[in-house]
Amino acid sequence: MEPFDFVEVKVPAKADYIGVVRLSTSGIANRMGFTYEDIEDLKVAISEAITNAVKHAYQETGEGEITIGFGIYQDRLEVMVADHGGSFNLGEVKEDIGPYKQDDDIEELREGGFGLFLIDALMDKVEINSKYGVIVLMTKYLHETGVGQDGDQITTPQ
Amino acid sequence: MNLSIDVTNNEGVSNVVLTGEVDAFTAPKLKDTLLPLTKEQGHVVEVDFQDVNYMDSTGLGVFISALKSTKEHGATMRLVHMQDRVYRLFKITGLTEIMNIESTVQGGM
Repeated sequence: MEPFDFVEVKVPAKADYIGVVRLSTSGIANRMGFTYEDIEDLKVAISEAITNAVKHAYQETGEGEITIGFGIYQDRLEVMVADHGGSFNLGEVKEDIGPYKQDDDIEELREGGFGLFLIDALMDKVEINSKYGVIVLMTKYLHETGVGQDGDQITTPQ
Repeated sequence: MNLSIDVTNNEGVSNVVLTGEVDAFTAPKLKDTLLPLTKEQGHVVEVDFQDVNYMDSTGLGVFISALKSTKEHGATMRLVHMQDRVYRLFKITGLTEIMNIESTVQGGM
């Protein structure tokens, strides 16, 4: 199996702690050699996933925990955000996302609909598993400019 | 990891200076401060983003509802001194098309 380090962070399902996870994220991504721009993308994507998990946990019980797992590989960072509440309706969630188009009426603008859309735009790969609670698995590859140790290694986002 | 909001009112113009991060934790406070300012006919709300170093979709949501409210009440809103990173989020979500945004030094994209 491909070697990797794993870091797990567990926080209460409250918006108060999103910033704390953002700090962990930038620490890990910086350690791996991601560029400044990529680190900012990671911070937004992970915060979006946690925000979704917090909202969801709050609707269910108003309490609970969110688990964030960082899989640190040679060529990529995999981040898993798991809320362990029930599952939300994926079809419903997907219907609710997407960029604003100029021909849309302003009244149609959604206030909360950009989260998943941004995760998708900012990460290289996004998977959602809603079998046991909701787990968002996001991958971002280290691009050539950020690597440096292994000159002949090429990473290709899929 | 916090957000401070400074409002100065001057002859029909509210200047709102934000410092810090806008996320799910700080967005409700921003919404509560910003929305009442958008409800006066002819009023101008100028939001200064110079010291906003992080924002995500919860912040976008606040500005979408503020924009809607200005349209309803005949006020106007402009977002000024926005950093590239924050501007990028408005850009990829298509919001630059409908909001009055002036980005900072390098001029964004």
